[in-house]
Amino acid sequence: MKASNGLWKDLLDGQISAQHAEEIDTFETEIELRQQDKVDEKVFAETRLRRGTYGQRYDNGQRHDGSQSQTLAFADKQTKGPHTAWDAPGMQRIKIPYGGVNARQLDVMAELAEEYSDGIVHITTRQDFQLHFIHIEDTPSLMRRLAAVGITTREACGNSVRNICGCPFAGVCPDEAFDVTPYADALTQFLLGHPDAQNFGRKFKPSFSGCAQHACGLAAMHDMGLIAETREIDGQLQRGFRLVVGGGLGAVPRQAKLFDEFLPPEELLPIAQAIARVFGRHGEKKMRSRARMKFLIEKWGMEKFTAEVREERAGLKEDPRWTEYLPGVDQDCESAKRPPGELPEDTTGDQRYAHWLKTNLREQRQPGYVTVTVALPLGDLTADQTRSLADIVREFTNDTVRTTVEQNFVIRWVSKADVPALYAALDKVGLSEPGASNILDIVTCPGTDTCKLGISSSRGLAGELRTRLAEKSFQMDQAIQDLHIKVSGCFNSCGQHHVADIGFYGVSRTFQGYKVPHFQVVLGGQWEENGGSYGLPIVAIPSKRVPDALDRITGMYLTKRDKDERFVSFVKRIGKGAIREALDDLTSDAPTPEQDPNFYSDWADPRQYSLGDIGKGECAGEVVSQYEFEMAGAERMVFGAQLQLEGGNPDQAGKDAYDAMLRAAKALVLMQYDDVTSDPEEIVEEFKERYYDTEIFFDPFAGPKFADYFFATHEQAGTPFTADSAHHTIEEAQLFIEAVHSCYNKLRSEPATT
Amino acid sequence: MELQHVNVKIFVDGDLSIDPAQFINVFHSWTAEQSCEELLIDVADYRHVPAGPGVVLVGLQADYAMDDAEHRWGLLYNRKAAAEGSNADRLIQAFRAAAKACERLEAELPGLTFSRQEFQIFVNDRALAPNRPETLAACQTDLTTFLESLLGHGEATITAESDPRRRFGVLVHTQRPFDLAALAGAAT
Repeated sequence: MKASNGLWKDLLDGQISAQHAEEIDTFETEIELRQQDKVDEKVFAETRLRRGTYGQRYDNGQRHDGSQSQTLAFADKQTKGPHTAWDAPGMQRIKIPYGGVNARQLDVMAELAEEYSDGIVHITTRQDFQLHFIHIEDTPSLMRRLAAVGITTREACGNSVRNICGCPFAGVCPDEAFDVTPYADALTQFLLGHPDAQNFGRKFKPSFSGCAQHACGLAAMHDMGLIAETREIDGQLQRGFRLVVGGGLGAVPRQAKLFDEFLPPEELLPIAQAIARVFGRHGEKKMRSRARMKFLIEKWGMEKFTAEVREERAGLKEDPRWTEYLPGVDQDCESAKRPPGELPEDTTGDQRYAHWLKTNLREQRQPGYVTVTVALPLGDLTADQTRSLADIVREFTNDTVRTTVEQNFVIRWVSKADVPALYAALDKVGLSEPGASNILDIVTCPGTDTCKLGISSSRGLAGELRTRLAEKSFQMDQAIQDLHIKVSGCFNSCGQHHVADIGFYGVSRTFQGYKVPHFQVVLGGQWEENGGSYGLPIVAIPSKRVPDALDRITGMYLTKRDKDERFVSFVKRIGKGAIREALDDLTSDAPTPEQDPNFYSDWADPRQYSLGDIGKGECAGEVVSQYEFEMAGAERMVFGAQLQLEGGNPDQAGKDAYDAMLRAAKALVLMQYDDVTSDPEEIVEEFKERYYDTEIFFDPFAGPKFADYFFATHEQAGTPFTADSAHHTIEEAQLFIEAVHSCYNKLRSEPATT
Repeated sequence: MELQHVNVKIFVDGDLSIDPAQFINVFHSWTAEQSCEELLIDVADYRHVPAGPGVVLVGLQADYAMDDAEHRWGLLYNRKAAAEGSNADRLIQAFRAAAKACERLEAELPGLTFSRQEFQIFVNDRALAPNRPETLAACQTDLTTFLESLLGHGEATITAESDPRRRFGVLVHTQRPFDLAALAGAAT
């Protein structure tokens, strides 16, 4: 905790808006009250989350060192949430609406990263900043310093309206309908702290895109996605938004559904308010796993949801804020600092510079200007780099820089004549990485590095893949260079693996009594068209073999693709079965821990991944083999379900996915009761009694969520499956199977009792 | 002026001659053994970032890092918790912790050698120690006391960090090589 915490309030007096100052004072008081045990720990946890102050891995005071779980000796103080030690370092998320940031704010971010964190500024997949390893008692000072440059962390986490994303090329993109920036800004200001947006059961994520075809805003995977369109009405070109709702990734991804084909700008804020009210009033509150807007829409159907929102909108009291910003939207938000120019001919012979020109520059719709993407490895940059970036932005632009959903920066309004000088300036501080938005530019969530939910090391894997790909990046075929890779540390998809050409998410498996980190390979996703389709997992590969798997997949694509065939079409044509077959041997023939201990640890982490001291009881031996047999069957079935879906048989696909769930549940039941039959009713009843009612199956974070998928699917058995419902059931079956693996691992890790 | 959150970086002698991945293994073993005075929590790998924090051993009261800031590898001790005593005491505490870590790393990683003539001290708190001439003037006596107690009279020259946006600090250069092990002990 900083010795200067008492000083910043006075030092920044007069530089913070009264409202921000009061909010931070209140938060500081809440911290003091929690220290005195005058606020309940759950209430305090939600309070700090709504200020963007998040928990981090090991904050329950337990850490596995590779051979045993150790207690971290945090001082005996009040907790900052259930099972969360007060002194344990945490993460601070900092909202950056539509990614818009200026040089002064970058300077402050650099200072905060140095003084409160570990010297690194991290950009998230929703255009936020994150700082890690922060002490809770330092957060009010940190927030004051942010507030002094116009940044709030309010509602950066928790059950609130999260950062409002926006296309980072808005206003300069040749393909956009119009600049969405002023609308995103207006919605941000309107919903921040709005009384109608304070009673959600879960988070609410909006996003703006300037066009339908690109991925920059990922509107289709948001609770409220707004895509700019223009139409000629009565001879006049009018602006509007294609509004889609109920999208989301997470464990159960859903594509957003159409709410309005052409929402007029004057209806943007009131409709958002009405949606927030309906979601707040009718969204699930008790069962967290069903509390996102997508589940309310699923329960009601779009017709009812739309009708409810329209009715709510009709009853809203007029608010001048709905339209008062509109007269100003046509004024350019940003302008150039330097005159337009021509790109000087590259006579340097520098291969890296040539590559950078090709991948990191994009024409603006304003002649003579380009945008320059600053590609950041794993979304990280140092405090020194952040300061240097601020200087570069000042020198070449009028503070026109934005963060992106690919964890990069985009510098806008760069005169083409300045490109060589800008490159030189970036290169001097290590910010001239080529390969923006291509296979080198791997997106990843924090994973096991800092996230409490991480299963496998997404950043470790991404770093390894990046190093290997960089070595051959100049020689790679363009088709391979154009691929997008995204990695999540678990099924929750913070790394957005569903919308990658090749996605990975972390799981674990047990070989020879030891846990081994794995990644599911996710294929069939689409990045373009705002994240136009979601992929499905085809097979789990041991972490250390994922680079080989990637080589094989890209090799197949290179040799077997039709001319100009995109990857998503290639996967569809060749079939996931063929790709899986090419990877099958990577899932077997595991070395023993003695032969290759490295296989049993994760990337950039020497600790043995498994609990290490798992014993094998003689009786358990038979049960284990039966379990493994059943689970292998369940995994085969769920993959078979995908093939059925691919083959146009959604009903059979859904049934196969359900059968896979039954088989996985039976595998667990068999561990306790070996007379269980294959009767679905009996399996469900036995599973419920032995694993659900006892809460043995419950996930430490998700609770009963995965069992609920199983029960819900069982209840619906007999109802024909559509393509949509089969897709969802396959997703849920996959997650249920993963949960069975986790439960099994948990049971096997516990000491034997007599 | 109260100097808290003192950082000390003892540079690697010459170029780094070993693979920085080895620091990950060593820091994990220190964490498993809880073998420093501070509570050790985790290891953060930032090798992918050029001229960055390298590999950080995150602790509660302090972090240890094999840091590559400004493309100069060195062991960085970053005191996070406020420490008791005078300014000179806090400077000594940070130097001693850094020196002890350097000694251990040299012993555990053959081929790794730290400089015996150059290190950096800075204060990781802009409110307590803004980087301006007045700060240097105000803590000159404390710095001199600390350096003389460590190295002897007239042995060290200091160069202050000139960029006001960077943290207040000084680069220390000694006339003769110092005995790292002895200083780590003597500083206690």
